[in-house]
Amino acid sequence: MAELSKKDEPAVGEPADTTPNVTEVEVADVHSESEAVAAIDAAVGRGEPILQVRNLVKHFPLTLGVLFKKQVGAVKAVDGVSFDLYQGETLGIVGESGCGKSTVAKLLMNLESATAGEIFYKGQDITKLSGRALKAVRRNIQMVFQDPYTSLNPRMTVGDIIGEPFDIHPEVAPKGDRRRKVQELLDVVGLNPEYINRYPHQFSGGQRQRIGIARGLALNPEVIICDEPVSALDVSVQAQVINLMERLQDEFNLSYLFIAHDLSIVRHISDRVGVMYLGKIAEIGTDTQIYDHPTHPYTQALLSAVPVPDPDARDNRERIILTGDVPSPANPPSGCRFRTRCWKAESRCAEEIPLLAVPERFKNVDTPAAHESACHFAEEKDVVHAA
Amino acid sequence: MTTIDKIRNVPEPRGAADGDTPLLEVRDLHVEFHTRDGVAKAVNGVDYTVNSGETLAVLGESGSGKSVTAQAIMGILDMPPGRIPQGQILYRGEDMLTMSQDARRQIRGSKIAMIFQDALSALNPVLSVGYQLGEMFRVHQGMSKKDAKAKAIELMDRVKIPAAAARVGDYPHQFSGGMRQRIMIAMALALEPDLIIADEPTTALDVTVQAQVMDLLAELQREYNMGLILITHDLGVVADVADKIAVMYAGRIVERAPVHELYKRPAHPYTKGLLESIPRLDQKGQELYAIKGLPPNLLRIPTGCAFNPRCPQAEDICRTEIPTLHPVTEQDGTELVGRGSACHFWKETLHG
Repeated sequence: MAELSKKDEPAVGEPADTTPNVTEVEVADVHSESEAVAAIDAAVGRGEPILQVRNLVKHFPLTLGVLFKKQVGAVKAVDGVSFDLYQGETLGIVGESGCGKSTVAKLLMNLESATAGEIFYKGQDITKLSGRALKAVRRNIQMVFQDPYTSLNPRMTVGDIIGEPFDIHPEVAPKGDRRRKVQELLDVVGLNPEYINRYPHQFSGGQRQRIGIARGLALNPEVIICDEPVSALDVSVQAQVINLMERLQDEFNLSYLFIAHDLSIVRHISDRVGVMYLGKIAEIGTDTQIYDHPTHPYTQALLSAVPVPDPDARDNRERIILTGDVPSPANPPSGCRFRTRCWKAESRCAEEIPLLAVPERFKNVDTPAAHESACHFAEEKDVVHAA
Repeated sequence: MTTIDKIRNVPEPRGAADGDTPLLEVRDLHVEFHTRDGVAKAVNGVDYTVNSGETLAVLGESGSGKSVTAQAIMGILDMPPGRIPQGQILYRGEDMLTMSQDARRQIRGSKIAMIFQDALSALNPVLSVGYQLGEMFRVHQGMSKKDAKAKAIELMDRVKIPAAAARVGDYPHQFSGGMRQRIMIAMALALEPDLIIADEPTTALDVTVQAQVMDLLAELQREYNMGLILITHDLGVVADVADKIAVMYAGRIVERAPVHELYKRPAHPYTKGLLESIPRLDQKGQELYAIKGLPPNLLRIPTGCAFNPRCPQAEDICRTEIPTLHPVTEQDGTELVGRGSACHFWKETLHG
């Protein structure tokens, strides 16, 4: 199976044909077109992205009636998301619950089918794939789940859990070789290879998450999607797992899409960070750009709300406390989705959807504030270091 | 989003006149659970005090006994399998463990109230929130249904739930996570208790909502001059609100300190390790320091200091002798008020 052997022939197909070109991307409206352009422009000079997401949309239908189902609306969980993921890079996605970050993860894994938009893995649109081709792509995109207590089958031994990917992709490891491979994987994630016959309940939370990571690594993937991989773990164990993930990334040149709500952890592990709000990316940039020079009001509010483990900072830190809750994604506000909770909102925000692009005022200035931000009134404000 | 007319009747600050008896004092508390596999020693001699208007943060990982201590104070431990072999819990000088169940009921809810972590499972899904809030007044004060409902609306207003009068008949699932936590706070606040125990009140919430809820809690605490025991594992939340901190590990307090001191100069290797292992928001660090190993199994707590298998400084004495909570002093011997460390080598840890 030639298409299954990766790495051997990385240059198959001329890039000119397979790389998505903006003009080829089917865009629904003008807004999203320029959004896509901006996302591609920013990518210049970092080599070929391994994963390109363009205007990804997922609407879950709301239906009424039992026999004659009638669609009465849609939950717009993901509504036009574009980003790139490069080889060996970690892209962090942060946002409050319900902002669509986990749905993005499921779409990338093809566990949900996208309503619209494209996901290019090495130039190939995986949303259109099925059957054998899809299986081949999935081998290279693996996932680590949030809850290590429910994502491992309690009736399977650790050896069976980590070895299961080999049953689905037998070409990776020949039958006789599998036990040794599993033991190797256990060793790689810092577990005793003799534990191969144990069951998940015999392990602690941190160890279980290591098993989940070993399973994700089994097929030598290039991209690992981590959906809140450490939020269920104790503080002292979180650091162990984070360090392990960083070590593995260096060792195997993995690309991570790291989804989490803990902003400190995301900063620690990510090279670039995207902030999501109600199904859209509000701001995206390198970790310094986002954390030290945020320009979107939502990012500023989010960062200022994070409790900092430094009691001296509590009196002189400016905190932006947002009022109210995240609006329902079934009925998002018109224009800018954040305007209902934003202190800067004006009438323009209700009428015009702000594009995810480098703000006009920062365009020709060489400053860390010059990164993509979807706000009409983008303005730099350091909320983390405020003295 | 709605403006709420400010504070109608601010009650007098209480407790200040009581002289030196602290509001709540826990003395040498032990709790164990008898299970099929043996006796799990969840709490092994905990001492702490809380005064009016003061916030004590109890910091610890899961299984450190922080929630069990709180449940023992509230008297809501499952007994059996739980048992309290020794210890005292003094509320204004009176031991709650020896008093009659009736006397205890007088205190529970009206003097000491609790806020639980998961509001969705702590609230009854088949009763309206107004009914559940009003229950406090009906049971403790014998109010009529109508009056209790009016009180419930007032409470919901206090915790800044928009359109309280319209939502009093709604059920818990109709509220968002942050609003549900506000209802929990309102319920704890109903009878204006002297002490509130908040068990991970914001762990299930998003940061922006967490900030709202913690702000509200701090504001109400100031207003009513309540004591607050905040149980959490989040070092950030603690730094934001606590006055003093007790760090728990395997059922013991391993370090106690005023909040500023603890972050600046930890005197126990566990606290030090915890502080070094959390990533910072304001700077990009190198590799994180990780405390090796796992929290101990409570059925088999290591001999000597419970932290010794994970401790970088452990020596032979740590494996044989249980360290007591030593008072911590400066290098020249001046006492550091309110500080203590249960480590044989606290001097080395503190002074480097």
